[in-house]
Amino acid sequence: MEKRVQFRAPLLPWLLIAPQVLVISVFFFWPAAQALLQSFQIEDAFGISTQWVGMENFNRLWNDASYLTSFKTTAIFSLLVAVLGIGLSLMLAIFADRVIKGAMFYKTMLIVPYAVAPAVAGVLWIFMFSPSLGVVSYGLGKLGIDWNHLLNGSHAMTLIVMAAVWKQISYNFLFFLAGLQSIPKSLIEAAAIDGAKAWRRFWTIQFPLLSPTTFFLLVINMIYAFFDTFAIVDATTHGGPGQATSILVYKVYYDGFKAMDLGGSAAQSVVLMTIVIALTVVQFQFIEKKVNY
Amino acid sequence: MVERSPFLTFLGHAIMILGVIVVAFPIYLAFVASTHTAQEIVQAPMPMLPGSNMWETYRKALVGGGYGAGSTAPVAHMMWVSLVTALVITFGKIAISLLSAFAIVYFRFPFKNFFFWAIFVTLMLPVEVRIGPTYKVVSDLGMLNTYAGLTIPLIASATATFLFRQFFMSVPDELAEAARMDGASPLRFFIDILIPLSKTSIAALFVIQFIYGWNQYLWPLLATTSEKMYPVVVGIKMMVAGGDSQNEWNVVMATALLAMLPPALVVMLMQKWFVKGLVDTEK
Amino acid sequence: MASITLKEVVKRYGSGKTANQVINGVTAEILTGEFVVIVGPSGCGKSTLLRMVAGLEEISSGEISIGGRVVNDLEPSERDIAMVFQNYALYPHMSVFDNMAYGLKIAKVPLEEIKARVDKAAKILEIGPFLNRKPRELSGGQRQRVAMGRAIVRHPKVFLFDEPLSNLDAKLRAQTRIEIQKLHRELGITSLFVTHDQVEAMTLAQRMIVINLGAMEQFGTPEEVYNRPATTFVASFIGSPPMNLLKNAPDALPGIITGVRPEHLDITETGWALHVETVEMLGAERLVYGRWTHGAGDELVILRTEEGHPVPAIGSTICVTPRADKIHYFDASTGKRKEAP
Repeated sequence: MEKRVQFRAPLLPWLLIAPQVLVISVFFFWPAAQALLQSFQIEDAFGISTQWVGMENFNRLWNDASYLTSFKTTAIFSLLVAVLGIGLSLMLAIFADRVIKGAMFYKTMLIVPYAVAPAVAGVLWIFMFSPSLGVVSYGLGKLGIDWNHLLNGSHAMTLIVMAAVWKQISYNFLFFLAGLQSIPKSLIEAAAIDGAKAWRRFWTIQFPLLSPTTFFLLVINMIYAFFDTFAIVDATTHGGPGQATSILVYKVYYDGFKAMDLGGSAAQSVVLMTIVIALTVVQFQFIEKKVNY
Repeated sequence: MVERSPFLTFLGHAIMILGVIVVAFPIYLAFVASTHTAQEIVQAPMPMLPGSNMWETYRKALVGGGYGAGSTAPVAHMMWVSLVTALVITFGKIAISLLSAFAIVYFRFPFKNFFFWAIFVTLMLPVEVRIGPTYKVVSDLGMLNTYAGLTIPLIASATATFLFRQFFMSVPDELAEAARMDGASPLRFFIDILIPLSKTSIAALFVIQFIYGWNQYLWPLLATTSEKMYPVVVGIKMMVAGGDSQNEWNVVMATALLAMLPPALVVMLMQKWFVKGLVDTEK
Repeated sequence: MASITLKEVVKRYGSGKTANQVINGVTAEILTGEFVVIVGPSGCGKSTLLRMVAGLEEISSGEISIGGRVVNDLEPSERDIAMVFQNYALYPHMSVFDNMAYGLKIAKVPLEEIKARVDKAAKILEIGPFLNRKPRELSGGQRQRVAMGRAIVRHPKVFLFDEPLSNLDAKLRAQTRIEIQKLHRELGITSLFVTHDQVEAMTLAQRMIVINLGAMEQFGTPEEVYNRPATTFVASFIGSPPMNLLKNAPDALPGIITGVRPEHLDITETGWALHVETVEMLGAERLVYGRWTHGAGDELVILRTEEGHPVPAIGSTICVTPRADKIHYFDASTGKRKEAP
């Protein structure tokens, strides 16, 4: 797609584009290429010699139980975050769309988590759920649930899911609200005249018309769950207890910077890159072919 | 909406209030905790109403020192680091993206498509995916523990370029033609006309990038080793070490609130542009 | 002011087999101070032609000169021209004054001179009270006047208008048409005006270029174009309702199309027999639609009668006779005008 208007200038466009190209070459393409290269190599403990080992790092990954567990953990985690995040914010958006009084207040309040850093969200959450002094864990104790995310893997998972969903609600909410408000009122009124009650109207008209937004958010939420949640994990469970919350991106960090397994970490990075690219391509293809009504 | 159903209106408000409570509760709790002394909140259940220790707690947080087992670096300095980082990332990204988007939309030059796709690719890979080698590059360039090291690698993604590209595409061609008629050079057109028209997009991006920059965690974690260069978001994590009662939780919560304050302010003040920008970005 | 000379101007998109030629060699000489309208249906290439004169489109081949100077390779701002756009193209964030002054500021014209020119133009166009307002506070007609003001202050040798009235409602269009005529009388600047509306063309043009599918079909005064159309296209495009182009009139000759305008057909005792299908009452006149009673009856004939004359009944048969000196003949295969056989 090109604009009809094009300026004629031989040198200027190059100058304009140079800063960005420079930055992305040095800080994006070069490291990405390096990651790719490193994933095919093994470095010895002192970093003195590197050896080309082809697909060995990758093969090690597929055969590594902890990596496969991490894969599974990440899949479960991102699915939970995406589904819960989308479901809850959709519900909030629907009612926010209906409500007139106080709409501004509700909207402002619901947007605030967007401003909270994931790391800070994590800290807030472990404070609330701390087995010894957390308010919520105290309340759960009174209900008979012995909360301890430091020992119990599923508690740990629940904790990070809650923290992650809490953070994402704002983003999803905004998109759903915009999507709902872009549906022509005349469609809804026509349905009402046809005798459809609110619930039915939602399922037969609003929800289908929201499907591009929903799909888009699904992909975004999954990507978010894959990456932006590193801070939440690092601030709360450190991947523990054991491996219960060691999501893929956390493992990349741990293996690369704590366990000093550079080749393996690089290979994991490459796998992550592939997944994200696949997800983004799928999203781009789908969104570009937006359904026309 | 269409019919007036008191039940649904009541339900609507109920759910909204519930939503707001769930969203606000952690923050409220943090606020309450920051107004008590550490001893008062270490015993579960902690009091649910604010106490009287607010000034002391915040003072301790900002100035540092204290007996916490984790980091006790002064938060005031960390807030400063965060502020500088966020602003540099924001302005840096907006500036280079405006230039690139202008070049891509309004000019024809060889390999344009190649550069377009190269920039597009950067959208797909957040920094978390290339941490190892990026760290090495920054380290080799001697940029560890510097503001440059904290900021420049994060300017490398193309979200802003895309927002501006979309916006420029929607500017009527005739404005550029009229400017050409008026004798305006491309740069003149860019400065006198295009940028003023882009004000809302720039404002929206300001909010998004400021929050992005302020909330960065993984990258600063790697790129800095000295407490003096920690942004507050990393600093707060460093404060929480090991077992629970060894941390000065009231100070931690005070720090959390301080860390939340600038982004929340930016969001609330620029809410209108921000919402518009966020939704338009992804189109 | 200056003359404009077009020599075999061609516009081609793409190259080789897939090339799309939208302007096929237009040659015309526009005299100094003349108001020429380029008129044709949508997509015929008239805007492209104008934009080539403006310098906004590259000329594929041929030559365009302004004031005797070949301008093919000159930037728009170097051609000493000014353009009024269909969508006004006013800079939304600048005041009316700044909009008009922008080009002059870039040309480094001193401030007092700028002020003087803007004030003068504002007086002519009656937009003085708006100088400090932004475009969005003005109505469509006011914005169009500001756009014209912006063109005037440049003191150009040539004015270019790209369908400037298309976005105005009917009443405003008529008003602005008169203002443009007044402006041309006062300033006398050579003008090229593009429109798809033949009424605008007929009322504004001193001469008009009729374009169809990238080719110039006729270049003449409104009278010439109306009374002696060069092709069947011009004949049917100019004049409303359009001229009857008849293949099957009762005394038609083979290979010849007979052209008669609806206002030049009279209802007579004898003559061409028509079966009346519809009558449209338009107040001061009526349009009668009929088909031949002879032959297959597939040609629609329109005639116009004025009030005071009897209205034929639907379903009745009438006879019409064309006025002797108002019959046109065209070659059926080329569409070109032929003199009486």
